[in-house]
Amino acid sequence: MFDLDRWREIFQAISKNKLRTALSGFTIAFAILLFTLLFGVGNGLKHTFEKQFAGDSQNSIYINSGRTTKPYKGLQSGRGIQFRNDDSKFINEKFPDKIQYFSPNIQRSMQVIYKGEQNRYTVRAVYPDYQPLESAVVEEGRFLTYLDVERRSKVVAIGRLVEKDLFGNLSAIGKNLNIEGISYKVVGVFSDPGGDNDERFIYTPFSTFQGMYKPNDELDYIGMTFNPDLNVDQAIAFSNLLTKMLKEKHNVDPRDQGAIRVRNYAEGTKNVQSFMMVLNVIILFIGIGTLIAGIIGISNIMVYIVKERTKELGIRKALGATPKSIVGMIMMESIFVTALAGYSGLMIGVFTLKALGKSLEKYFILNPSVETYVVVGATIVLVIAGTIAGYIPAKRAASIKPIVALNDE
Amino acid sequence: MIKIEKLHKSYPIGKDSLHVLKGIDLHIKEGEFVAIMGSSGSGKSTLLNIVGLLDTHDEGIYKLNGQVIENLDETKAATLRNKFLGFIFQSFNLITYKTAVENVALPLYYQGMGRKDRQKVAMKYLEKVGLKERANHLPNELSGGEKQRVAVARALATQPKVVLADEPTGALDSKTSHSVMELLKDINREGMTVFVITHEEDIAEQTDRIVRLKDGVIISDEKVNKTVTA
Repeated sequence: MFDLDRWREIFQAISKNKLRTALSGFTIAFAILLFTLLFGVGNGLKHTFEKQFAGDSQNSIYINSGRTTKPYKGLQSGRGIQFRNDDSKFINEKFPDKIQYFSPNIQRSMQVIYKGEQNRYTVRAVYPDYQPLESAVVEEGRFLTYLDVERRSKVVAIGRLVEKDLFGNLSAIGKNLNIEGISYKVVGVFSDPGGDNDERFIYTPFSTFQGMYKPNDELDYIGMTFNPDLNVDQAIAFSNLLTKMLKEKHNVDPRDQGAIRVRNYAEGTKNVQSFMMVLNVIILFIGIGTLIAGIIGISNIMVYIVKERTKELGIRKALGATPKSIVGMIMMESIFVTALAGYSGLMIGVFTLKALGKSLEKYFILNPSVETYVVVGATIVLVIAGTIAGYIPAKRAASIKPIVALNDE
Repeated sequence: MIKIEKLHKSYPIGKDSLHVLKGIDLHIKEGEFVAIMGSSGSGKSTLLNIVGLLDTHDEGIYKLNGQVIENLDETKAATLRNKFLGFIFQSFNLITYKTAVENVALPLYYQGMGRKDRQKVAMKYLEKVGLKERANHLPNELSGGEKQRVAVARALATQPKVVLADEPTGALDSKTSHSVMELLKDINREGMTVFVITHEEDIAEQTDRIVRLKDGVIISDEKVNKTVTA
C-alpha cells in the first residue's frame, strides 16, 4: 500500500491521463458538491423553523383565567375567574409526574428608575422554575432562588436590555433599582433567545409581589412545562385533562372557551414536527438521489477507464504484471482520485455555503451548514462505490488473457 | 530451452471449435536464432502466444527452460514471463504516456528492482539499441524503427532466456527492418535465444533455422545455409 514506486506509477498514470482523471474526479466532486449544497440549504430551512420556536421551551403550558362566557350550574356568565395559590397546589398534587417546571406568576407593567435613567418594564413575580420556562440564560450573577421566595427578598434578575437601557456599559449586579418607590437589589442579568422583548423583562420572587400588589393568595397566571418524557400526544392529552379538571374546580361550563384558557406549546410543536419531518424526508430523498446519481456516474466512468486501458494492461501483463498488481493499481488510482475529488467537492460546498450563508437569510434559509459526519459519510460512500465500481471491471481486465488485451484497439 | 511435443490448440468459434495447432513437435536449444514462417492462419501466432505464456495449450507437453508448463495460473505465468521471456510485437506495444526509458524500465519494475537501478539498466539497454539520446521522448515522438528498438531494449532489460518477436518488422520499411534484424542478430550472437515469427522470406533467411508452418502442422524445419554476405 505504501510502496513508493507503486504510487509513482499511479501518479504518472493520473497526471498523464488528464481527461479520464478529470472525468472521474468531476463526477465525484460534483455529486458531493450538490449533496453538500442541498443538505446545507435544507438544514438552513430547518434552522429557520427551529429559531421561530426557540423563544420558549417547546414543552411549555400557560394557563390564563378570564370571564365566563356561558352560564353554568346556576351561575351567570360574565363571572371572573381568579386563580389562587390553592390552584397551584391542586395542579401539583394531581399531576406530580407530568410536570417538569412550575411557576405561578404575577405580572405588572412598572416604572423603573436607576439614578437619572427610567423606563417602563414588565415585572414578573415568579418562582425560580420560570427561568427554564423562558429559556433564559444567566449572563452574570444568578437567577432567583427558592430562598429568595421564602424570604420574600426584594431582589430582581433583569434582562440584558434592561441593564443596557439603565446602566449603559456598566454592570448592574449589586445595584439597587427603584421600582415604583421600592428598592430592589439586582442579583442577575440574563439573555433570552426569544428576542428583544424577552430581554426587557424583570423577574422578582413571587412571594415578594403577592400581598403587595395582589391579595394574599391570588395570582395572575400559571406557567409550567410538562415532563419531556411525554410525547406530543400524551402532552396534549395531559393539558386537555388539566383544563377539564380546572373547569370543574371553578364551576365552568366544559364548553366555555373564555374562563380558563390553557395554551399548550405541544400543539404547535406537533405541527412543526410534522412539517420538519416532511422537510427531512425531502432532504434525505434529494440527498440519496444525488448520491445514487454520483454512484452511477462513477461506475460508468470506471468501466470506460478500464476499457480504455485494456491494451495498456495487456502490455503490463506481458511484461510480468500479476493480476493482483493490475487490480491493485486500478483500485488505488480510483480511490485516490475519488477521495481527493470528493474532498475538494466537499470543501467547495462548505465554503460556498459559508459565503452565501448571510445573503440567503431573506429566503428563510438560516445558517445553511452541513454536519461534518454527513458529508464525510457521503464522501466515503462515493469512494467505496468508486472502488467497487472500479474493482469489477479491473478484475475482469486482469483476468483477460494478455493476448486478447494486446489485440484490443 | 524450448521443448514442445504433440502440442494442440483449438479456439471455440460459436458452437464449433477451430483446431489451430494440430500436433506440433519443436525443440529449440539455447542460443538458437529460429524463424517460424507461415501464411496468415497457419497457426504461427498461436504458437508464439503459447510459447510466450500469453495463451495456454490444450494438449501436449511444453517445457520452458526445463520446466513443464501446465495449469499455470495468471500470477505464475506473469512471473515466468517476467523472468524468462522478452517480447517484441509488430505494433510495438509501448505505453503511450511513458517515455522511452520508462517503457524499458517497466518490466524491471515488475521484477521489484529499485528505481535508480531500473533507470541505470534501462539507459544501458537504450544505449545498446542506439537510442540513448532519445531516452526521454514519448513513443509518439519516435519513428517506427526507433519505437521497435525501444521495444527490443525493453525485451532485453530483464536479461530473459528467450526473446520472442512477433512480426517485429511487419510495420517497418525495409531499411529500418534491416537495422532491427541486425539488432536481433547481435543479441543472438551474444548468446540469447531468439524466436522470430514472420511471413517475410528475406527476414526469415537472416536467421539460423526456419520452421515452416501450414494449417497447424510443421511442414519443414531446416537450417539456413549461410551464404555469407559481405
